[in-house]
Amino acid sequence: MSDIVLRTEDLGISFGGLKAVQGVNLEIKKKQLYGLVGPNGAGKTTVFNLLTGVYQPTTGTFYLNGEELKGKTQEQINRKGIARTFQNIRLFNNMSVIRNVLVGLHNQKEFKCNPFVSLFRLPGHYKTEAKMRERAKEILRIVDLEEERNNLACNLPYGKQRKLEIARALATNPTLLLLDEPAAGMNPHETEDLMRIVRKIRDDFDMTILLIEHDMKFVSGLCDEVTVLNFGTVLAQGTANEALNDPEVIKAYIGE
Amino acid sequence: MSILFDGLSLGAIYALIALGYTMVYGIAKMLNFAHGDIIMVGAYAVFVTLMGGGHIALAIGLSVIICVVMGVVVEKFAYKPLRGASPLAVLITAIGVSYLLQSISQLVFGAEPKTVTIASLGTVSLFGATISVSSIVTLVIGAVIMAGLTLFVKKTRTGRAMVAVSEDKGAAMLMGINVNRIITITFAIGSALAAAASLFYLMQIPSVEPTLGSMPGIKAFTAAVIGGIGSIPGAMLGGVMLGVIEKICLSVPVLAPYTTAVEFGLLIVILLVRPIGLLGKKRREKV
Amino acid sequence: MIKSILKSDDFKIKNCINYMVIAAALVVLVVLYNAGELKASYANLLVQIGYSIILAVSLNLVVGFLGELSLGHAGFMCVGAYLGTFISMQLSDVIESKVICLLISMLCGGLLAAIFGFLVGLPALRLKGDYLAIVTLAFGEIVRTVFKNLPWFGKAMGLTTGAVKFTKKDTPLFIIVFITVLVVLFFVQNLVRSKHGRAITAIRDNEIAAKAMGINVTFYKLFVFVIAAFFAGVAGVFYGHYTTPVMYTFFSYNYSIEILVMVVLGGMGSINGSIIAATLITVINYILQKELPGELAALKFLIYALILIGIVIFNNAPKLSPIKERLSLKVLIAKLTSKNRKPEDILNDPAHWDKIPTKIAMDEVLSTDLQPGNEYVPDKPAKGGK
Repeated sequence: MSDIVLRTEDLGISFGGLKAVQGVNLEIKKKQLYGLVGPNGAGKTTVFNLLTGVYQPTTGTFYLNGEELKGKTQEQINRKGIARTFQNIRLFNNMSVIRNVLVGLHNQKEFKCNPFVSLFRLPGHYKTEAKMRERAKEILRIVDLEEERNNLACNLPYGKQRKLEIARALATNPTLLLLDEPAAGMNPHETEDLMRIVRKIRDDFDMTILLIEHDMKFVSGLCDEVTVLNFGTVLAQGTANEALNDPEVIKAYIGE
Repeated sequence: MSILFDGLSLGAIYALIALGYTMVYGIAKMLNFAHGDIIMVGAYAVFVTLMGGGHIALAIGLSVIICVVMGVVVEKFAYKPLRGASPLAVLITAIGVSYLLQSISQLVFGAEPKTVTIASLGTVSLFGATISVSSIVTLVIGAVIMAGLTLFVKKTRTGRAMVAVSEDKGAAMLMGINVNRIITITFAIGSALAAAASLFYLMQIPSVEPTLGSMPGIKAFTAAVIGGIGSIPGAMLGGVMLGVIEKICLSVPVLAPYTTAVEFGLLIVILLVRPIGLLGKKRREKV
Repeated sequence: MIKSILKSDDFKIKNCINYMVIAAALVVLVVLYNAGELKASYANLLVQIGYSIILAVSLNLVVGFLGELSLGHAGFMCVGAYLGTFISMQLSDVIESKVICLLISMLCGGLLAAIFGFLVGLPALRLKGDYLAIVTLAFGEIVRTVFKNLPWFGKAMGLTTGAVKFTKKDTPLFIIVFITVLVVLFFVQNLVRSKHGRAITAIRDNEIAAKAMGINVTFYKLFVFVIAAFFAGVAGVFYGHYTTPVMYTFFSYNYSIEILVMVVLGGMGSINGSIIAATLITVINYILQKELPGELAALKFLIYALILIGIVIFNNAPKLSPIKERLSLKVLIAKLTSKNRKPEDILNDPAHWDKIPTKIAMDEVLSTDLQPGNEYVPDKPAKGGK
């Protein structure tokens, strides 16, 4: 019980009369790489939006390390330890790569700095800034972006933008990392590289990771456990091989 | 009683202007700050025609045509290039257009107010109160125009296309609706309504000046927001409400100097309690 | 420790050159003034320039850095001008020195404006862009109407501030104004160049992502709004000590737009730009007012209108971006410095990747590339076009 990081109970939401997601029960253990797959429109991103407070669930609830997070705002949930990336990349485009990561570091306790300390340029400000920069560089090193740190985020190629999003989410020091189609638009080399990075993040940070992905090679090569969604309901759950070879799942993807 | 009537007719004017704001907002997702100044353009059109000895009917016709042309031209040259740009950029441009219209008319006609007498209709006695005929005319024609607009939006192809564009521009485009054309039509209709509003306005206050449009414009926008921006019945409700409240405030000596403050205060209170306005629809942001 | 402070961005020449220029200008002006070479009308112009800079820089915080449009900046200035100067007038009965009266009332006027900023911002910042603009505009009009009618402030005659107005006998007001400009600049730049400034620009760039990063969006919006209102209030107090009577008509929505024109002309998010634009516009105003008869005063608004429309369309129209790129200074410099670069170098420079129109299509081609011995088997036939 104690090593379960995320638990959802009958999680669901309906927009108007449409039940976009219903009855999702997940149990994700510490250091697990967990996959959420399903055809387009199956409600995967909606689950992420529920878990990060963008939408409030209409049924069910969810717990992070035993603490109920339902009803909390996006900011609160992030501070409790769930960080995410976005399917359609949402970087701070007009800011440099390192500043993107620095924003991610904003709320961490070790970098606390009262606005007035910064306004009056008390020594604390300089100390914090220096520490934050060091930490940001370390995080960028993990995703191999240290060299690009002074480029504008919008000038990065697509694959690197995805990696920067992961770095930025990692900077908020989460216990659970949600990755929304991290490999979308990447070529096979980049995908391979990304798999290595995701594993490294899991090992170095003892991170628990829940990811949405369409690339089945990526999912089956990486994830310990998989949940398949279709039309907002859970179709299959289990190890990657079991779940992806389930006849129902194949039917959902390919049709009869 | 006469206060109520005056309020209703002022409300009808606000509602007509507010409709222009709310339709443009619903369809182009922008706050057309220059809408108020279209009223001013319409009023000057009437002024010039009457000065030149033209008949009142000619003045009305010209006013409507000039306003429509002006609205469409502004859309084409100032707003169209910015389609897809940030809302802040569009809003600032709209403010710029508003300034442009005001300053040009000030350079052409001068800053001091000019008198325009459309027709002196006098007053009648109704239910034991004296009511100016212009109020009644405003109220009746305003109601007819609004009913017509509602029918237009509900029943005609173009009207339904407008609703579709306001719901989802991308999907409407996929359904073969020419979104640019619909936006142009919306601006044209909004401007025609503004021309009508300018006539009613002149019937109540028979003078024109370059800044004539800005206060009614801002108040009508307030009305549109109170009613729920993007909603046609909301604009009507908000406009009438604001008109009645304004006249009531003006008739109470203690409140009279603070009328503007009361109206804008009402806006803030309503947005606090119900940020989407009285009849507005809630929109979900896509993540 | 000291080394790390000296190495930080604050002490790079390009980041503190504006302090130096303003300070140098101030020294020159003071010398000129003491030599009797500075006409009184120019000294007045300097005061106007000074408070315009404060207004433009503070509005830039809201519009340029936070990305919210406030049309009520003149309203906050109005609060400072009326209340701050009123306090100063009460103080002048007790305190002899006008300068001390001014300093205390600056603080009070700023704080009162900040309180108003808080009260307006609290509900208004829950609203999105256009709504915020209209609510701040409404606020500006409410403030004006109220001050026009309250009995203590001279009603329609305006607040007569003769008792505290700076005259020739006093310390020249422009010196105090410009020292304040330096202080305001210090605070604003410090805010922008800190983790808090990053959070603020993050909200502007992508509010959803900022929320997902745990940034307290409401707090920062309110914080910026209150700070900007504070500085606008301070500018108002200067106005009250510079002219008499303080008229409610001055703080109309037109004046808010004038400040916005300064911000847009100088470039949103550029503090130095705001300083230059504020100076330029104030000087243009001064010349137009002096040289042109009343009717042509409309020219001023025509110029404003053209500046607003021209700059915004030029900077934001999607279709114009190639032209903009060709004209932009950065690209020109890059061209000059990279004469000898081979085309491959440019292609490999990530700064140029966004200009390769086929970038995304290339990614798709790459991802379906066949490699010897490792044929790509499409294993997701149902995948849509996302």
